Amino acid sequence: MSNVPGELKYVSSHEWIREEGDGTVTIGVTDHAQEALGDVVFVELPDIDAEVSAGDDAGVVESVKAASDIYAPVSGVVVAVNEDLEDAPEMVNSDPYGDGWFFKLKLTDESELDDLLSADEYTAACEEE
Amino acid sequence: MGHKTPLYELHESMGGKLVDFGGWDMPLHYGSQLEEHNIVRQDSGMFDVSHMTIVDVSGQEARKYLQYLVANDVARLEVKGKALYTAMLNEQGGIIDDLIIYLMTEKGSSNEWYRLVVNCATREKDLAWMADRAIGFDVTLNEQPELAMVAVQGPKARAKVAALLGGSREQAINELAVFQGFESEGWFIARTGYTGEDGLEIIVPDDEVAKFWSDLAEAAVAPCGLGARDTLRLEAGMNLYGSDMTDTVTPLESGIAWSVAFEPADRQFVGRDVLDQQKANGGYDKLVGLVLETRGVLRGHQRVIVDGIGEGEITSGTFSPTLGFSVALARVPAGTGAAAKVEMRGKEIDVRVVRPPFVRNGKKVFE
Repeated sequence: MSNVPGELKYVSSHEWIREEGDGTVTIGVTDHAQEALGDVVFVELPDIDAEVSAGDDAGVVESVKAASDIYAPVSGVVVAVNEDLEDAPEMVNSDPYGDGWFFKLKLTDESELDDLLSADEYTAACEEE
Repeated sequence: MGHKTPLYELHESMGGKLVDFGGWDMPLHYGSQLEEHNIVRQDSGMFDVSHMTIVDVSGQEARKYLQYLVANDVARLEVKGKALYTAMLNEQGGIIDDLIIYLMTEKGSSNEWYRLVVNCATREKDLAWMADRAIGFDVTLNEQPELAMVAVQGPKARAKVAALLGGSREQAINELAVFQGFESEGWFIARTGYTGEDGLEIIVPDDEVAKFWSDLAEAAVAPCGLGARDTLRLEAGMNLYGSDMTDTVTPLESGIAWSVAFEPADRQFVGRDVLDQQKANGGYDKLVGLVLETRGVLRGHQRVIVDGIGEGEITSGTFSPTLGFSVALARVPAGTGAAAKVEMRGKEIDVRVVRPPFVRNGKKVFE
């Protein structure tokens, strides 16, 4: 089974969410997702200051195998994107929870965090796939 | 569970990610498809292609039968062990399969016979078609399911295999001409491949292949999966049956007109009338290369738009690890020039139309 850190939150579309404690969250794709995607070759990130609602398309990850949408797991304003992925998209594979992060959101509705999955719930959701 | 090649346990123990491919459990990659691709371009990699179907054709009329069965002319095979790439067509000129035919004896010898290697996903329809066409010919078709096959590809592939096998095989491999093979104690070793690199395809008895594979691994030949095989062949501009060609398109529409022998004009092969007609009339679709030098990846089945001419479709697309951008094969209308657009995720993106291949011997080759 792939790595699912206990301190993160998840959504069933395979993004992870880390609360930074200052009203912002960092978002990336899970180890399970990168493994299913295979080698990542391009990442398209949202624009800074873009407003997204939970469930919106917020980017695209292209692997050798396929293109997949990245969804905003919660609503917010984009405050940072990981520009290093432009030159080193393989970091999504090598370090999905660290250097392979995608973007940061300033939350518009903190109560949405309650809807996210815990590590155990996400693991169970993956096993059902 | 699907069919397993004699290398199945080794794929598992070497970390292969096994997937279903045409009813066979085959390795997609052993960790990173990109690394496997690159090592074949730079050094050497090995592929288990034991799932492919081998059929030996013998009998008094073996040559006559094959001259009728396939679009290329086996009479072009002058030397023992020489290989010929060809397509087997239906009566409408559509491609039933593409295959390699080796001449296994001296040309014109009384026991002349040939070895055919066809695709695995088309095995049943191929065998049925070949058996039906054989009626009335003095010919015997023998499938060889107990033979395995390994492709060793890359600039250092031939030298590594030669050193590993040693003796008379070493010398023969070092002196082997392109598209030429030789038999040696139940093995058949040919300088052919599906990657655009130098290398060998080696047919080995089932019970000897595991040791050979392990010895190759010991000699630092990297195991590679079907993922890298697909990106390598696409960079090399080689068609994949079922994607770039099917039984509804002809060789002329599939970029392999060079594999059709129209001469001698009185050789009547299956599908010939349609091809003659198509060639005379012109105006048929063509298979071209597409290049996207900006971000994004061209993918199979995306719509191709040619302004003022019409539309086509991508038949295979990928990110090219060697070039660092995306390339594709596409079937487009006859009048298509140097530019087209591809519909990608709701947007029309400009692409260049080029003549494949994209990469040969590790380097970019298109204009």
